[in-house]
Order: sequence, then structure tokens, then C-alpha cells
Amino acid sequence: MKGYITKRVFYMIITLLLIASATFFLIKVMPGNPLSNAAKLTAEQEAIILENYGLDKPVPVQYLLYMGNVLTGDLGLSFQYDGRDVTSLILNRIGPSAQLGIQAILFGSVIGILLGILSAIRYNTIWDYGSTFIAVIGISIPSFVFAALLQYYVGVKLQWLPVAFWEGFEYSILPTLALAVGVIAVCARFMRTEMLEVLGQEYITTARAKGVSGFSVIFKHAVRNSMIPLITILGPLTAALMTGTLVIEKIFAVPGLGEQFVLSITTNDYPVIMGTTLFFSFFLILTILIVDILYGVIDPRIRLSGGKE
Amino acid sequence: MRKSKWSLLMTLVLVLSMFLAACSGGGDSAGDDKGGDGGDSGDKGSSEPQVLNIIDSAEIPTMDTVMGTDEVAFQVMNGVFEGLYRLGKDNKPVPGVAKDHTVSDDQTVYTFNLRETKWSNGTPVTAHDFVYSWRKTVDPATASQYAFIMSPVKNATAISNGEMKPEELGVKAIDDYTLEVTLERPAPFFLSLTTFATFFPQNQEYVESQGDNYALEDDTMIYNGPFTLTNWEHEEGWVLKKNPDYWDAETVQLDKINVKVVKDPATGVNLYETGKIDRVGLSAEYVNKYKDHPDFKQYGEPTIFWFKYNQTRSEALANVDIRKAISMAINKEDLVNVILNDGSIPAYYSVPKDFVNHPKTGEDFRAKNGDMLKYDVEKAQEHWKKGLEALGKDKITLEILGGDTETSKKMQAYFKSQLEENLKGLTIELKGVPFKQRLELDNNQDYDIQFAGWGPDYQDAMTFVDLWVSDGGHNKMGYSNPEYDALVEAAKTELADKPVERFEAMQKAEKILLEEDAAIGPLYQEGASQLWKPYVKDVYINSFGANFSYKWASIEGKK
Repeated sequence: MKGYITKRVFYMIITLLLIASATFFLIKVMPGNPLSNAAKLTAEQEAIILENYGLDKPVPVQYLLYMGNVLTGDLGLSFQYDGRDVTSLILNRIGPSAQLGIQAILFGSVIGILLGILSAIRYNTIWDYGSTFIAVIGISIPSFVFAALLQYYVGVKLQWLPVAFWEGFEYSILPTLALAVGVIAVCARFMRTEMLEVLGQEYITTARAKGVSGFSVIFKHAVRNSMIPLITILGPLTAALMTGTLVIEKIFAVPGLGEQFVLSITTNDYPVIMGTTLFFSFFLILTILIVDILYGVIDPRIRLSGGKE
Repeated sequence: MRKSKWSLLMTLVLVLSMFLAACSGGGDSAGDDKGGDGGDSGDKGSSEPQVLNIIDSAEIPTMDTVMGTDEVAFQVMNGVFEGLYRLGKDNKPVPGVAKDHTVSDDQTVYTFNLRETKWSNGTPVTAHDFVYSWRKTVDPATASQYAFIMSPVKNATAISNGEMKPEELGVKAIDDYTLEVTLERPAPFFLSLTTFATFFPQNQEYVESQGDNYALEDDTMIYNGPFTLTNWEHEEGWVLKKNPDYWDAETVQLDKINVKVVKDPATGVNLYETGKIDRVGLSAEYVNKYKDHPDFKQYGEPTIFWFKYNQTRSEALANVDIRKAISMAINKEDLVNVILNDGSIPAYYSVPKDFVNHPKTGEDFRAKNGDMLKYDVEKAQEHWKKGLEALGKDKITLEILGGDTETSKKMQAYFKSQLEENLKGLTIELKGVPFKQRLELDNNQDYDIQFAGWGPDYQDAMTFVDLWVSDGGHNKMGYSNPEYDALVEAAKTELADKPVERFEAMQKAEKILLEEDAAIGPLYQEGASQLWKPYVKDVYINSFGANFSYKWASIEGKK
């Protein structure tokens, strides 16, 4: 197990370096420059300012300088937020995004899994059709539509919950619900399919034949084995939700990272683009690693160490 | 084996829950102090709480006045700092840190007499604070993107181009409370410039003591404006609190302005509907819904959008008849009423309406020249025929370069349909690109027709007229007319101290630009539609720099 993790961490670093390099050169072919006021500057003034940012140097030199800084943990200073350093910018923004992401995943997956189980054990009944209907709606309608509906009906018409802002737990409920709809749908669909397959397996029949109670069969044997594919998709989904969702954050005025990521691209804020990309990649790779480890925990048949130990 | 798996799972759960706890903990504490704020804005009963709740569209990019480039920053800076003068009602400069000033006979030396005012840390605001920040702005090492706005001050351009030293800038502290400014040449609009954030003072000692942290947080700045900045939660919002040490504190009515960052227009409207905010800007789709609402307000902004005709790439556009035909073939009434529907008005001019007035008669700049290049399909077709004959062609293909936003794309599709329908033989190709890329194409003059706009940098027609001189840094379309150049040069030099003649020279120049040359094709002047709660009083709307002035604002009759 230890050897496996060391190996994976090593690959992780290599992957991150490759991502950093690719992003760096992709940014360089993007049109324009980070000047927010370029429309009103003459060519000479522009040149002087770019020199100040170190953007006049040849791209390979810029690359080496940047990578050197990244290796020492310095992500540089933002262009659009004058003088603010990228690391603290990301750390300040990740809190709200991560909270929303985790709440949505927890709430969404619990509800989704229950719906999926219900569908599978009440296969081809009104319960099954009902939860499938919910899942289809959740998959096909984008989350921002739910967000707008929730905001209008729950926030403006009923005034049960705040319309927007980020001032405490109650402010996170509507965005969490909007985000969770997609999670519910995905979980319910996967769970139903997997459960149906698992319930048809011989070991389930065996368990039933041994006289194991219905409840125990479902929750100890079937559910646990149905979780494997679900974890495969929940991992990256968690990473995606926790690192911020542009539209939901915008609609509910949540000061999260998702919006920042897109904004930094449109304003050519190179250090922030690099920083957020690296951060997101790191998070995603880490989640995939955790998922791989979790496989073993949930299903002993999958052995990560692959027989080496 | 089994045990180790469980401990792993436990660890994961622990890590996850710690994450959760950390996040929600942060959220809660922020909620607590915000909750307190909301509390006193709410029910206090008899005496009216002077609290304004508003939203802005983005996080403050910088609070260093020397580095500011955008509306959001200028807006906050105008509230918490003050320059020599301040824009008051009807865009008139009123005394700020300066109590008055004198101007030399040749109009190039301004001497400002400063009043005794204080920074929020108790140090006096002196003439040296202005000298320091102005020099810092033009110093190429600062890389200020707004340094160009100092160009009327002597040697400013040479210094920002690295040819002279910052110490050679035409600004001098005669003593602590007398500031002498020497201009490159007379600039009748200079007083309005001193109200602009780039011209605000900075205390050298304090700024240097903060080093790289200066102005990054609300407690690494000192203030000299009507308000101070507090509770600056990045990307979430900030609070302007009344500054008790402000020299004119008794005029300031508002105790607090709560500002939140909201980027989605629909969210803004929903917040307004639930009474959480006192003002909201409306995008086009909301205008119809709220047009008859009692809180609905519309006002013009001095920003014009036009077609730039590049005469260097397409030979067709080098022909004046073709340019006139294109300018006259688009129905601009429909453009603003149907496509934009946000309070914008058709533009038949290159200097905006309600922006500057005749120095003697007080008439609007627009009064004399009236509308030029109006929508007239018959005339457009005549010019078109004449132009095609001169070119010896019956078919022309032209590209329109524009933005990639939804509204911009809608407008470009409209231009295409209007032009192709009204001018037979014309094919329009649309090219919508991000803003930065458009600037690059503009710089390289790599376009046929460009859909672009311009907002003023100072309160004078020159900020628009100066754009189109032959070597102008923003011309970039190959337009050159010696007569136009001569009029603009005269307005800048020999007529600089003759306001009436100068004003009329610029009017004449505009006539040449549009009526004779159709060098650009004006489309519309921007407008804004907003909802304002009726209990918000005396917020002045300014035409450049900070959009709103809150110094004189108050809340009356909220309850």
C-alpha cells in the first residue's frame, strides 16, 4: 500500500508539471495582454508596462522563471487585482466553493442513492417511474435553471430564504439545493442500474437462500457492491463542485473560486489562470487517488497493491 | 487488514469533516458581523437610520489610486479619498482639499490653496502628498495604466515614456498648504481632472511604511474622504463608513453604505424586489417589465458607439460615398428601441449629448451642429451608387469587427441585415471577437469596419475630438484631414485661453469629421436604466470617473 501511494504521488507531481507547462504555453498563444486599460494606451506606454510585468522577455525565459517560482511555492502576483498574491487569492475563495460542493455532494448523494435503491427494489412500479422521472428531470435541466427558479420562488415570492449573498448557513441552502439536483440525478440513475445488476447475482440468491433478512441483503450485500461505479463518478464530481461552479456562484453572489477562474481567463490574468488551473488539477488528481484507495475499502476484491505485497 | 482499512476510512471522514467545519466556521463568523450591520440598518424606529444598501458588479481591483483603471475602483476611491476638487451636482467641480485656486494669465500655472485637513491616522494632508502621488503615477517604474491622464501636466508624457525623471513633473509644493501645478499648455478642463482618482494625494511616509501591503486591505490604507473603507471582504463586499475626521463631515448624511458584489443582473433585481438593496441597474430584458414602475429612472451616459472605417485595408472604405452610404443605411431608432432597449439614444454625432456646454451661452455642444449622417435610405443608396461607380464595381464584401457578447452579437446581426437589405451588392461578414483581441486587431489596423465605442477621460469635448487627428494614438483607421488636424491643434494651442473660439473650433472639426468625411459612422449614445428606492436622496450622477457621488446623499422617508 505504501509503495503504491509513493508511486502515485510521484506520478501526480509529473502530471502537475506537465499540466503547468501545457497551460503556460497555451496562455501564451491566447490573444491580447493583461492590460485592463489597453484601449487608452499608446504602444510605447504599453511596452513600458509589459516590461514591468516581465512580459517582454522571450517566452522560454518566462517559462523557466515561472516554473522556478512554482517549485518554490510562489504562484506570483495577480495582474487584475493589483499586487495581491495568487496563493492567498485562491485560499480566500475556496472556502465558500468547498462548502457548497461538500454540502451538495452529501445531500445529493444520500438522496440520490436512496432514490436509486427505491427504484431498484420496487422495480417497474410507480416508485421506480417516479424516481426515474426525477432523475431525468435533474439530468436534463441545467442547474442554473433550478437556481433561478429557487431564487425567484423561495427567495422572492415566499421569502423563506435569502435571495443571495454569503452571510451564514441559511445563505448556502438555495445554492446547495440547486447544485444537488444534478448529483441526485446522477446518483439515482447509477444506483438503480447497478442495484438491478447486483440483485441478479448469484451471491444475492445465495444470501437469501441462507435466510438472511431482506433488509440485510439489500444494505449489506447489494448496496455495498453497487457503490463501486458510483464512487468512480462521485470522486471527480466532488472535485468539480468543490472547486467552484461559475453560474451558481454568480446567481447567488457567492464569493467562490469558480467565477474567479473564468474571470482570470477573460482578463488575461496569467498568474491567476496558472494558479487556479494548477489548484484544480491538484484537487482532481488527489480525488482520483482517494477514489482508488476507497475501492479497496468498499470492495475487498479489488486489491490496489496488485499482489506485490 | 480489516482494521487498517477502517482507520483509513476514519481518517478520510475526519479530514472531510474538518474541511467542512473550517468552511462553515468561516461562513458563520462573517455572518455574525454582517448580521449586526443589517440589524442597525433595519428597525431603529424614530430616528431614520442613514444606511444605504447597494451592489456593485465586481470586486475592487485595486485601492491604490495611482493604479486604478476601472469604474468599480474609481467609485470606491471617490468615496474614501479626496483630491483638490470634487465633482458635485451637475458635474461641477467644487472645492475639496483645496479651498480655492488661482490661474496665471497664460492659463498654464495653477496655484492651489489647501485647507488644513487630516488623514484618518491624524497626519495632515499636505501639498507634498499630491507631489508624491503624481510623481509616482508618471514614473514608468510604477507601470500605472492611467498615467496618460496626467499628460496635461508639464513633462508628464516625457516622464512616462522614460525620457525624463519623475522629479521634473510640473508639480511643486511651495509650502505645506500651497501646491503649484504647471501645465504643458493651457487646458481649460484641468480643474475637472483634479477630481479624478489618479490625481488624489497619497502620504509618502504611510505608503512606504506599508510596503507591498499598501492598499491591499482596509487597514493598510489611510483615508481623507467623506467615508472610510471597512469590512472589505474580498469578492464579497465592503462597507463605507462615515469619516468623522473629514473636513466637511457635517455635510455628510449617510452613516454607512453597505456594498455587496453581485454579478448577475437577475439576482440584483430579485434583491431589489425583496428590499435588500436600494438601487439596481437594469439590463435590456428588464426594461420593459419595469418601464412603468415608479422607481424607474433612465439617464444618458457620455459614451458613444460607432463604426470606425479603416481606409487602409479596403479600397471601398477609402471612398467617402461608400462610408456615407453605410453610415446612413442603418435605422438607429430601431437599434436603440428594439435591440438595445436600455435607455440608449441614437447618435448622429461624435461628441455626446449632455456632456459639455458652450462657455458663454451655456448651450449644449450638440445645439449648433445638430444631427449629422441621419438614417436616410434614399440618400444612402445615392451615395452607394456613386461610390460603386467610382470604384468600378457592383459588388463589395466588407467585414464588421465587433465584440463577442450576446448584445454585441445581436447588434451586429442587425447591422448586417440592415446594410445588406438597403445597399444592393453589399455583403457583410461578421467577426465577433473578445475585447482584447479586438484591440489587437485595431492596433494592427486589421479590419474593415469596427464596431467600437469611447467614453470620456475628462470633462471636455477634446477627449472625443482628439481621437481622430492624423497621428492620433487611437485613430488607427488611416483617416487624415489637414483641415481637421489644424482645427484641433488650434484648439489645443492658440485658442486654449479663448474658451468660446476653442469650443467653436471643436464644433467645426466635428462637422468636417462627419458631414464632409464620414470618417466614422456614429450609432448610439449609451444610456442606463435603474431602479432607485424613492427614499434615497441627492445621489449625484457624474459623467466621468466615479459614476455616483454619495457625499451629499441621505435617506429620507424610508419608514
